[in-house]
Parts: sequence; structure tokens; C-alpha cells
Amino acid sequence: MKMAASSERSPPPFPELEDQELEPELEDEDSDEGADIFTGSTLSSMDPPLPVSTSEPDKDIFSGPRAEPLNNPLSETAAEQLKAVSGASSKAKGDVPVEEAGSEEPDDLFSDPLGESGAELETHTSNAPLLDFSEEPPKSDPIKKAASADDYIKKPQKDIFEESTEDGVKAAAAHVGSVAAEKKVLHTDLFGDGVDDDEDKDDLFKTPPGAMMKKPQASLFRAEPDDIFPEAKTEAKPATKASAKQPNNAPTDLFTEEPFTVMPAARAAVKPAAIPSANTSSKTNGLHSDEEDLFAEATVELSLDSPRNDRRKRDAMKPSEPVPCPSTSTSSSKPQPKKLEELEEEEKEDKFDLNISVTNPEKVGDGMNAYMAYRVSTQTTLSMFRSKQLTVRRRFSDFLGLYEKLSEKHSPNGYIVPPAPEKSILGMTKVKVGKEDLSSDEFVERRRAALERYLQRVVSHPSLLQDPDVREFLEKEELPRAVSTQALSGAGFLKMINKATDAVSKMTIKMNESDVWFEEKLQEVESEDQQLRKLHGMVESLVNHRKELSVNTAVFAKSVAMLGSSEDNTALSRALSQLAEVEDRIEQLHQDQAANDFFIFAELLADYIRLLGAVRACFDQRMKAWQRWQDGQNMLQKKREAEAKLLWANKPEKLQQAKDEIGEWEGRVSQYERDFDRVSATVRKEVMRFEKEKTRDFKKQIIKYLQSLLHSEQQLIKYWEAFLPEAKAIA
Amino acid sequence: MTSISQDGDRDKLRSVSVDLNNDTPLLIDIPDALCERDKVKFTIHTKTTLNSFQKPDFSVSRQHEDFIWLHDTLVETEDYAGLIIPPVPPKPDFESPREKMHKLGEGEATMTKEEYTKMKQELEAEYLAVFKKTVQVHEIFLQRLSSHPAFSKDRNFQIFLEYDQDLSVRRKNAKEMFGGFFKNMVKSADEVLISGVKEVDEFFEQEKTFLLDYFGKIKDATAKAEKMTRSHKNLADDYIHISATLTTIAADDNEAFKSKACISNVCVCVQKLEARVASDQELKLTELFRYYMRDIQAAKDLLYRRARALADYENSNKALDKARLKSKDVGQAEEHQQQCLQKFDKLSESGKKELTSFKARRVVAFRKNLIEMAELEIKHAKSNMSLLHACIEQLQSN
Repeated sequence: MKMAASSERSPPPFPELEDQELEPELEDEDSDEGADIFTGSTLSSMDPPLPVSTSEPDKDIFSGPRAEPLNNPLSETAAEQLKAVSGASSKAKGDVPVEEAGSEEPDDLFSDPLGESGAELETHTSNAPLLDFSEEPPKSDPIKKAASADDYIKKPQKDIFEESTEDGVKAAAAHVGSVAAEKKVLHTDLFGDGVDDDEDKDDLFKTPPGAMMKKPQASLFRAEPDDIFPEAKTEAKPATKASAKQPNNAPTDLFTEEPFTVMPAARAAVKPAAIPSANTSSKTNGLHSDEEDLFAEATVELSLDSPRNDRRKRDAMKPSEPVPCPSTSTSSSKPQPKKLEELEEEEKEDKFDLNISVTNPEKVGDGMNAYMAYRVSTQTTLSMFRSKQLTVRRRFSDFLGLYEKLSEKHSPNGYIVPPAPEKSILGMTKVKVGKEDLSSDEFVERRRAALERYLQRVVSHPSLLQDPDVREFLEKEELPRAVSTQALSGAGFLKMINKATDAVSKMTIKMNESDVWFEEKLQEVESEDQQLRKLHGMVESLVNHRKELSVNTAVFAKSVAMLGSSEDNTALSRALSQLAEVEDRIEQLHQDQAANDFFIFAELLADYIRLLGAVRACFDQRMKAWQRWQDGQNMLQKKREAEAKLLWANKPEKLQQAKDEIGEWEGRVSQYERDFDRVSATVRKEVMRFEKEKTRDFKKQIIKYLQSLLHSEQQLIKYWEAFLPEAKAIA
Repeated sequence: MTSISQDGDRDKLRSVSVDLNNDTPLLIDIPDALCERDKVKFTIHTKTTLNSFQKPDFSVSRQHEDFIWLHDTLVETEDYAGLIIPPVPPKPDFESPREKMHKLGEGEATMTKEEYTKMKQELEAEYLAVFKKTVQVHEIFLQRLSSHPAFSKDRNFQIFLEYDQDLSVRRKNAKEMFGGFFKNMVKSADEVLISGVKEVDEFFEQEKTFLLDYFGKIKDATAKAEKMTRSHKNLADDYIHISATLTTIAADDNEAFKSKACISNVCVCVQKLEARVASDQELKLTELFRYYMRDIQAAKDLLYRRARALADYENSNKALDKARLKSKDVGQAEEHQQQCLQKFDKLSESGKKELTSFKARRVVAFRKNLIEMAELEIKHAKSNMSLLHACIEQLQSN
């Protein structure tokens, strides 16, 4: 086995290293990074940043956790671990965010997979332990023999520290010390420090996924031959309880794959685990659970309540615990904006990995119940989709339904939700009546193109792309019938009323704008809206005139043909009929060009007029948030006044209630303020994005339009050049 | 007041419909025209080697009414009955551009300054085009007269060219106008009446049906071509508005729409080219059709005169028969019959010649114009293309 050799690689350093060396550094590190975490944490007892690795912390760990770890069923811990691992791996495989977002949004990363993997994980837990054991000899030994365990424990610790110092990975080492304490931080550091190693990590994550489900640990180990643990494999035979450790190691391995930086961290995780194991096997579990938490925690934090709770209990006893709390709070507030940016960047990169086309409009049903169904095909390399090619059939109201859902969810947060094409009762009725005339064909084509553009806009928006509804729309075979999208329905009527009240409230809200940027932008948007409307009108008239020209050309062509037929000079007659033919072709050309005018230019403008509406809506949302904040402040003011009055009136019995209310309102106001700030930030970002997109869109479309013009001119030249010899042939 | 000097375009313009001016002893052109309110004063320049003129090189100033007078005198001259008398040029019509200008003034408030200026320029260009066209048709009228062996020697024509004072042609008064209208009525009624007369010459029979048919067709084609060019012009106007709006948008936020500024420039150019395509089409095609429509009318008039003569001859034959029957005034009737026959023969002969030459002339003119139009279309399309090309490149590069 390769492992033997590889295992030796890492061990050598162990003996040389001294705990002392590590400690100072560790402490320093802790003070920097861990300190914050701890202070934020509720647990006071754990405050001293864990020099954990040393004997003292060990005691703490051991003494505290014992009871708990025992309580925690192995399976659970294992499950958590697995979850973490599988989550991490699947995510890694799935998307970029892991690398960049690792620190900020572990929740998101890991939370997604949880649902999927949960069930499987449990089943695996039983298998996992066994495997783990075999792989983890060094620690398993300790379990059986405490004395030997001690040795082992010390060694690894040293190693860890040594390595860390050598590598200069201080942060990691620090974590080793505090390891169990900070789950979150560790995570972040792991990712953060290991910047260079990002790629490796990816590999790590990518390789395991397939195997993950069946033999998570085994695969992990395979990925990482250099480790100490593989060596152990050969030596020891699993003790059932020690298995818990394995999972710990496994995740560490995941990270350790990149040679040094991560390794220490992994070791750190291992070490605490090992220590408890010396005392009791049960303890190891407990420790493991902590370590698992290291990995699992981050993943689970927000999404999984129960594991967290368990952990919290444990945390109370262990120094490691404090972290989770802060992490939860920070993660909830921080991630969003950052995520946005990252996604945005990411967006740019893989934007073209997602191609959506709407094709094959087909009439389904008869009479007034008929509707048009469109084929929505998605081509993508994004792994968040089930497959690379997706095809579903959707009807128009499904598109509207999608828009409704998205706008409900996202527009209050200040996102610009691309508006779906408008309903057209007239156009649809024509189609329904089933006259296969030109105008209904045109209508269908126009709508098809609009729907396609709509979807493309939606998926090109980074946060909308992440929306489960979008994915469902693109993936799911059958969608529940979208309701309340009917133009003439109660819901429609309600919507109208809502709109009207919104408009009224908009008029009444007088916002004293604190940020000039928003004011200017809004004005800009409004004037642009006007200009675009004007331009749109003009382009429409261009289209109409060109159509008129096309008709007139056709008539003229006919007339010239008649003239040619009655011309008695044969050559001239021929030339005239040729001229008629040329004019006929030109007529076709004008017609095509009119279509181009319309589809490329006019529709672009129409789209942007509606998009500008959405932009304005997001400004309105910001205003609403502001209004809410102001109302809250007013309310708070009132409560305070009431309190003052009570104070003055000396009514202590009501005073307490008033104070409570004030406290409540203070909380609300600050919440509102945060909301407002968040919405403002989002709006700003969205508007920037929109403008970038707009510029790009316009450029693209206009180039396309000019090219279409160019093409017509080329055709024109061709036609006339063909005609020229005919004219010259007139004798 | 508008004054144009069409040195540059003259060669092109002159050749629109007829090109028979080579080596003739009489060279006429209108180098200059002056527009005062409704009146247009054409400066007519003549170069000649004929000794019937006092000088070899002279210029006079004439108005549209003078042309009408000349035409009328020619029509009324009995001797020219067998000739196709060149159609009188249409009255200068500046109403439509003027009306548009008026409308533009009303709509000034709704447009940006730039847009307004551009529209105004466009209208001015159109006005100028109409003006040029007017000058051109008058010139052609004179050139046709000068190139015709019979008309070039006409006394009235020579006076028209030479007399350096105002001809002071009286405008037609109401009575005369009515008379002219009445005459036309009688003529068309007469046309119907004499259509029953049996044609003796197959050539004329053929020619008559052809011309009638052709006239209808060409009239139709003219109307359609006019419509087409008009919508083409509308199209060009749209580009003005679009480009103006684009410019304002570009000015509004110069960053995001930087590209739009250049597009608006392109729009302007495209507009200009489209407008030129439209006016060239109008000049080359519509005017051609229109001119030949009138020319055919003139040819039809000739046929009518001949038919009239034929009818007269038939009548005189009948009268002679009657006179012989009654043996009364036989001599007189015979004389009359002879006269009619003579007149008819003469008309037939010269008519035949005229119509044949008319046909040749028409074919030549059509050829020339069609070639020119095709070439112009190609030219415009090409310059349009290079323009678009440049713009696309510019857009793609930034």
C-alpha cells in the first residue's frame, strides 16, 4: 500500500516539534481571530482562547463534554459529519461558490445539500464507522489503551503544531488550539488561508462525490494518501465507537489534501478527538461531534436546528462552542451582500453556460379555452440543473406565474425583477378564434420572442437564477397551473386595486433623500423612460412607414409589370418586367427589414421601457422600506413620550409595560433601518447591474440591427446590379 | 426668395427625358431661376448659329405663363397639327413643401431644437428639389422645341427666346379658362363620336390602341411610383426623428449610450441616403413616367387631330356625294373634299413620322433613365453599406 510510505512522510516531523513553540503562536492567533468569536459568544467559561491542545484545555474538554458526547448517538454525529462532507463535496462539485464564498456563506453552501443527503447519510452512518476505524488506527489504539493513547495524542499534537509552524500556517495552528471552539472560524480560515490550495480543495471535493455516498471516508482517504490515517488503517481494526473519529478525520482530510496549510487544521481536529478517546471512547464521540461541528456546524448552522441545539448544549461545556452563535448571527447578516457580488462575478464567467430558447409555439385546445404552449429548452453546463439539456412545455400563464412568484419574493428586497411580456387579450383572442392569418402568426412569433428574451433576462440575473422557482420552471415536467394571472379575474382586479393604492401612497410619501445618488438615478431613469418611449414611438412609425413602403413597392411592381406587358418594344418590355421583378424583391426586402426594425429595435425598446418600470419599482421598494423605518421611528417616539408621561404621572405599574414596548420598538426600528440599508444597497447594486446589462444589450442589438440593414443594402445592390445589364440591353 | 444655380447638376438633370440636343444649331438651357412668391422667373440662355437670330448668344427672363402661351400658340397653329407638340411643363408647385414647412412650424414645440433644424433642412432640400425639377421640365420643353426641325423655326418660339422685354403675356381670364375647359369637354366628346369612324390605316389603328392602353398603364405606374417615393421619404424622415432622439439620449447619459451617439450619426447618414434614394427614384423614374404620360397625351392629341381630319374627310366625302346627287355646289364640295383629303394625308404622313420617332425617343429615354436609376441605387446602397460597416466596426471596437 502506498499509504505506508506516505504516512511516514508526515510523522517524521512530529518528534521534533515542541508544544511550546506552538502555543504562543496559537494564542496570538486566537486573540486575533478566535477572540472576537469568543467575545461574541455567549459562553463565558470558554473565553480563554483555547490553547486547547495543551493539557489544560484537554481537561476542560474532557470533563465538560463527557456526558454529552455520550448522549449524542454515534449515528447522529456520524450523520452530521457525513452531511458536512457530502454537502461540501457535492457543493464543491456543483459550483464555484465554495472557493470564494467559503468563509462567508457556509450556510448556503452546505444547507442546500442537506436535504438531499440527509436520508442517505443516516444509512451510511452504520457503514461509515467501520470503514473509519480501519483507517484510523492511531486513534483507535488509544481508545483501547489509555496509556498508549496518551502517547499518541501527544505526538499528533506536536506534529500538528510543528507542521503548522513550519508551514507558517499560523492561523491554522491557532485553530488547532482552539479547534473545537471555533467551527466557523476554522472553516473560514481553512478556506481563507488555504487560498493557494483552493484548487486542490476543489479536486478534493470533486473526487469524492461519487464515492461519497457509499464510502465517504474511504474515498476521502484515498484522495489523500499522504495522511497519517491511512497508515493507521493497516494497523488497527475498528472499534465501533472510535468510528466517530474517523468522520472527523475524513473531513479534515478533505481539507488536508492540500499538503500543509490545511493539514494542521485537520490535525487539530483530530487531536482533540484523540485526546478524549484516551479517556473514554464515548468522549471521543463527543469530541468528534465537536469537530464534526467544525465542519458540520457551518453547514448546518442556519438550516438545521436540531443538530445545532445539540451542539449548543455541548458547546456550553466545551470551549469550542462559543463560535457557533456568533457565526449564526454574522452569517445571517453578512452573507447576502457579499454573496451577491460573488455571484455576479461568477455570473459573468458562466453566463453563456446557460442557453434558453423558447420554440415551437403550439395551439392546445379549441375555442376560448385554447392556449399556446411553448417549448422551453435549456442548455446548460451549470450543475445545479439536473441535466445539460432540459426541455419542458410551458404555457403563457406559466411565464406570468413565474414572474408573479419572483416579483413577490424578490422585489421587496430591491431586486429588479424582469417583467414578463404583457397579456394581450385581443391578440390571443385572434389566435384562439383560430384564423391562420398573418397578424396572428405575427402575434405568436412576437410573443414567442418576448418570452424567450424574458427567460434569458431572468436567468442572467444571478440571484434570480438561484431561485428554486426558476429552476423548477426550467426543469419540472408539470407545473401547477398558475393562478391569478388571468387578465379578467378577481385576482387581476385585486392587483389593479393594489397598484392604484400603491400609486396613491407613492404620491403621499415625501422622502427626504439622504443619498444624492438615488435621487439622481431616479431622475435619470425617469427621463430615460420618457426618451425611450419617444424613441419607441418613432421606431414604430418607422416600422409602419417601411411596411407602407413595402406595400407601395409591391403595387408599383405590379403596375410596372403591366406597363411592361403593353410595351411594344420587346427589349424595353423585358427590361420593364425585370424592373417589376426587382421591385418585387425589394418589396420583400422592405418587409424583412420592417420585421427587423420591429423585432430587433422596437422590441428592444419596448422591453427596456418595461424594464425601466421594474427599475422604478425597485426604487419604490426602497422608499417603502424607508417609510416603514420612519413610521417605526415615529412610533418609538410616541412610546417614549408615553413613558415620559407615565413617569411624570408616577404610574409605575404601567411603566414596565411601556418600557417593554419601547424595547420592542427599538428593536424593530433598528431592524427597519437595517432593512432599509440593505434594500438601498441592493437597489444600488441592481441598478448598476441593470445599466451594465443595458449598455451591453443595446450594443449587441444595435449592432445586430445595423447588420440587418447592411444585409438589406447588400441585397439591394445585388438586385440592381442584376438589373443593370437588362437596362443596358434596351436597344 | 430662392435662387439656384444648377451648374453642377445641370448635365444630369437635363438628360432626364430627352437627349436630342447634339449638334443642333440651337442650344437652349436654363442656367438660373429665381423664385419670387408664386412666380418663378427662368433665365433662358440660348446659343445659336442660326441667322434668324440677331445674336449668337443671348439670355432672356421668362415666367411659367410665357411657356403656356408658347405652347398654346403652337397647338393652335394649323401647320403643326400633324406633329406631336411637346407637352407643356406643369405649373411650378411649391405648395406641398410650403405646407409642410407650415406644419413644421406648428409642431416646433414638440421637437427638440436639433430635430427641428434637421427637419427644416430636410424640407428645404425638398423644396430645392421641387424647384430644380420645375426648372428642368421647362428646360426640356424648350429643348424639345429647339431640336425639332419644324418647331425650331417657329416664329413665336424665336420671339420667346429672343425678345428681351417682358412678354407680358396676359393671364388667362375666367372666360378663357372656362372656354379651355369647354373645349376639352367637346374634344373628349368628339373623341368618343369619331371613334366610330373606320380606320383606314392599320398603323394608326394599332398606334391608337397601343397609346390608349399605354397611357392608362403609365398613368397608373406614375401614381404608384409617386406613392412609393413618398413613403420612402417618410421613412427617411423617421430616421431624422430617431437620430435626434438618440442624440438627446446620448447627451442625457453619455456613458452608457456613448455608442448611441455614433448610431445617431449613422442614422442621420442613413436618412440622408434614403432621402437621396427616394429623390433619385422620383427624378429618374417618376418624372420619366410623368413626362411620358404627358407626351403620350400629346401623341394622343395628334391622333385625335388626325382622326378629326379623317372624320372631316369622310364628312366631306358624304357632302360631295350629296352635292353630286343634288348636283348643287359640286365644285365647292369637291374642293372641300380635296382639302380634307389633303389635310388628312398630310397629317397621316407627318403623324406616322412623329409617332415612330416618338417611339424611338421613348425607348432611348427609358433606357437611359433606367440605367441611371440602377446605377444610382447601387451607388447609394454601396455608400450606405460602407457607412454601416464603419459604424458596426466602431461599435464593436469600443
